[in-house]
Amino acid sequence: MAIALIAFVALRAMVVPHSFGQYGHYRGAAIAEIAARPIAHAGHDACEACHTDVVDQKKLGRHIVVPCEACHGAQAKHADDPASVKPPKLDTAIVCARCHEANSAKPKAFPQVVTADHAQGIACDTCHQPHRPKIEDTPAAKPATEAKK
Amino acid sequence: MDITRRRLLMLLPAAAVAWQYVQAGTPEASPNYKMTDHWWGMLIDIPKCIGCGSCVRACAEENDVPDDYYRTWIERYHVADWKIEKPEVESPNGGKQGFPPNPDVTGKNFFVPKLCNHCAESPCTQVCPVGATFVTPDGVVLVDKSYCLGCRYCVQACPYGCRFINPKTNTAEKCTLCYHRITKGLTTACCEVCPTGARQLADLKNPKDPIHEFLRTHTVQVLKPHMATGAKVFYNGMDGSVR
Repeated sequence: MAIALIAFVALRAMVVPHSFGQYGHYRGAAIAEIAARPIAHAGHDACEACHTDVVDQKKLGRHIVVPCEACHGAQAKHADDPASVKPPKLDTAIVCARCHEANSAKPKAFPQVVTADHAQGIACDTCHQPHRPKIEDTPAAKPATEAKK
Repeated sequence: MDITRRRLLMLLPAAAVAWQYVQAGTPEASPNYKMTDHWWGMLIDIPKCIGCGSCVRACAEENDVPDDYYRTWIERYHVADWKIEKPEVESPNGGKQGFPPNPDVTGKNFFVPKLCNHCAESPCTQVCPVGATFVTPDGVVLVDKSYCLGCRYCVQACPYGCRFINPKTNTAEKCTLCYHRITKGLTTACCEVCPTGARQLADLKNPKDPIHEFLRTHTVQVLKPHMATGAKVFYNGMDGSVR
């Protein structure tokens, strides 16, 4: 009986991970392993630390609330090594439409357009500066189909 | 059980060691992070969601989520005036590339982002036969990939459909609430990229977190409250038709 008990304890010590039961009925070391994963999105604070000119532009318009990586994608690699990793150029026809293409499920107060009517194939950044999108200086150029802002 | 002074003196050192484990709670990768100081959840403000899919794309990129699987996704609800009890719900590609124009503009239309609710009393962790999925001391439901058998019990147990089996690893996978980010003082990838602030990470143990003021002043709900899962993803402005 004693030998069986000792064998059981020895076997259990061998097969049960060291940190099992540290915090509960699981392997405690798993938490640190999951936390150790590298990040992919740098966060807007990291972007704004260098791109202060863009922040100044955004402050003048409604896109101040839009985080950089919402349009530019994950940029942790660029933030780590800005010289060799460059963000790809964005296609405004796709990026702008993701948010601003008209859809009845979107909040009514959110600026929406039917891009086929509104832009008629012209790239959004021909008229709109993405970081400060409102066209203030040339109101006559604003297409009539633009939805209420 | 009677506790004598002798027994108490024997128990105290053991209790002290156990308490140290509880207090320490520090993932090695984040030495300044103390798990017991946090209790994580999320706030989703439905009237702010524009269904752009930024959260879905960011989650996939941040966490290497396989194609056609989703740790978070967006649903578009169409509730016809005459069929309130049976809303039409669609989520093409999880809403990853946004949504096509809604053909039916009548009735009520809105987006509902979904993800793991990081339940305090999560059914998924209770059914795991090997202790591969668990609730951390800071309230995040995680999966230990190296311990998971891929038995799928948890996938079936989750009432919110938030789990899947990763086809590459054959283990259960789910939202980690970007645990690798929040333990470094960052917000989750989905909250980071949300252009309208419809998603906000919430630390329910932090008295300075704006979530407390929001919860006091708004009527928020959780999904499937009758399941008593202790869900910690709070929805503001949620229609009764949402399941």
